[in-house]
Amino acid sequence: MASDDVRSDRRYTKDHEWTKEEGGRVLVGITAYAVDQLGDITLVNLDVKVGETITRGKAFGTIESVKTLSDLFAPVSGKVVQINQLLESEPEKVNEDCYDLAWMIAVEPSDRSELDGLLDATAYTELLKTAAH
Amino acid sequence: MDQPQVPLRRTPLYDEHVALGGRLVPYAGWEMPVQYKGVTEEHRAVRTAVGIFDVCHMGELVLSGDYAADVVNYLITNDAKRLMDGQALYTVACNDAGTILDDLIVYRVSQTKWLIVCNAANRDKMAAHFRAAAVNHCDFDDASDRTALIALQGPKALALLAQAGGDGPALAELPSFHFRDATLANVPCTVARTGYTGEDGVEIFCPTDGAAQLWRALVQLGGPLGLEPAGLGARDTLRLEARLSLYGNEIDETTNPLEAGLGWVVKLGKGDFLGRTALERFKAAGLTRKLVGFEMTGRGIARHGYPFLDKVGTKVGVCTSGSPGPTVGKNIGLGYLPTSLAEVGTSFEVDCRGRSVSAVVVKTPFYKRSS
Repeated sequence: MASDDVRSDRRYTKDHEWTKEEGGRVLVGITAYAVDQLGDITLVNLDVKVGETITRGKAFGTIESVKTLSDLFAPVSGKVVQINQLLESEPEKVNEDCYDLAWMIAVEPSDRSELDGLLDATAYTELLKTAAH
Repeated sequence: MDQPQVPLRRTPLYDEHVALGGRLVPYAGWEMPVQYKGVTEEHRAVRTAVGIFDVCHMGELVLSGDYAADVVNYLITNDAKRLMDGQALYTVACNDAGTILDDLIVYRVSQTKWLIVCNAANRDKMAAHFRAAAVNHCDFDDASDRTALIALQGPKALALLAQAGGDGPALAELPSFHFRDATLANVPCTVARTGYTGEDGVEIFCPTDGAAQLWRALVQLGGPLGLEPAGLGARDTLRLEARLSLYGNEIDETTNPLEAGLGWVVKLGKGDFLGRTALERFKAAGLTRKLVGFEMTGRGIARHGYPFLDKVGTKVGVCTSGSPGPTVGKNIGLGYLPTSLAEVGTSFEVDCRGRSVSAVVVKTPFYKRSS
C-alpha cells in the first residue's frame, strides 16, 4: 500500500488516524502513512472494551511495530460499540489493509460536530506533503 | 523533534541508500538508513541469503610503532598479545572504575601496527582516549574519515564474494576473526571474517572513494542470491537474536563487563591494564545483577528503559533492548536483573508503560546458526 494513499470517503486526524462514518457509527483506523512510518506491525493493544467511552485526543490503545511503539488517539469522543477482534491474532493485517480489513474500533460519537473538526482528504494530503519535507 | 546540534554527516554510500529507497534517519551524528524494504524482510534475507550493510559510521583508529601493542593491551580488557598477524578479537575498553567506555574489535596488522574499530557514537571519546595513551609511546592516527566499512552478512555472503573477482574465491578460506588484504570489484580492501548479526559473513574496509563502486558491485552480484540492503533496524533485531550487546543499551559507563556477560573478554591474568583493579574487586565481591535474555510470555513487547518488576510490583531491574525476534518468532529482549532472579526459568513482569506483562528468563543466544 502506497504511503500517500488517502481515501476520499473518510476524515483524518493530524496523528494519522482515519474515521469513516458507517450507519450511525464511526470506524477508526490508522492511515497508510502511519503504517509506512511504523514498518512491520506486530501488536495492536486496545485499552478499551465494548461499552466503554473514549475521549477525543486521548489514547485508546497502542500499536507496536518491530521498530517502535506508538499511541492510538481517539479522533472523536463516544462509546465503543465494537472492536476488531481480528487484529488481536493477526496484527499484520494493518500492514496489508489498513483502510478496510484493519479498522480498529467502531464508536458511537457523543458529539457529531467533532467529526467536522477533522481533516478531509484534501487537507490530510496537504499535511502529508508538509510532513515529507 | 530534537534538532541535531551539528549538521548530520553522510557516508560515501549516501547516494546508494537514496537510490535503493532507504529511509534515512539521524544516528550517532550520521544520516543512516534505518530500513529499505522493511525490517522483517531484511532480517530474513540476512538469515537465509545475504544482506549488505553500510557501517561506514564506525570509527577506525590506527596505532603504530614498537610500543603500539603495549598501549593497545593496556587500554583493553582482552589480551591482544595472543593475536597473530592478520587476526582480530572482540573486547571492551574500561575506565579506571572498571565500567565500559566502548566495545571494540582489535586487529593485529603486524606487531607494530594495530587497527581498532569503535562505535560511531564513541568515536571522539575513544580517539581522544587512545591518542592520549599513545603520547610518547607510539603513533596514533584516526583513519575514520578516509575509511569506509561495508558488512556483508548471511549464509550466502562468501558465495557472493567468490563472484566478486580478484581475491574473492580465496576468502572462503579465511577463518573466523581473521582478516587479509584483497581486491574486490577492482577496489583494494581489507576483508575480515567478522560481523554483528549471528551469521557467517565479512566486514570489508576500503578507501572512502572506492566504497560506492564496491557496494554497487556487491548489490548487483547479490541480486540473484537474494541479497537485500539492510538498515539499522534489521541490524538491531539480528544482533539482539544473537545476544550481541549494543553500546548505549546493554553496556555503557554505568555497567561493567562481568555483569554484562562479557567476562570472557576480561583477562585479569594478562598483566596490568586500565580498570583491572576495579574488575578484580567486582569479581571478588560477586555480581549483584546480571544481563539476562528473556521472552515475553504475555502480550507485549519490552522496550529499552522499561522497568522489570517482581511479583509484588517492586522495581527490580530494567530492560536494555527488546523487540520482536523475526527468526525466533517471539518477543524477546535483554535486561538487568538481580542475580537472585537471573536464573533461566524465572518469571517476572515488565512494566510496558503502565501495563504489567509477564516475561521469563531464557537461555541465550535466542538464535544460533547451524554450522
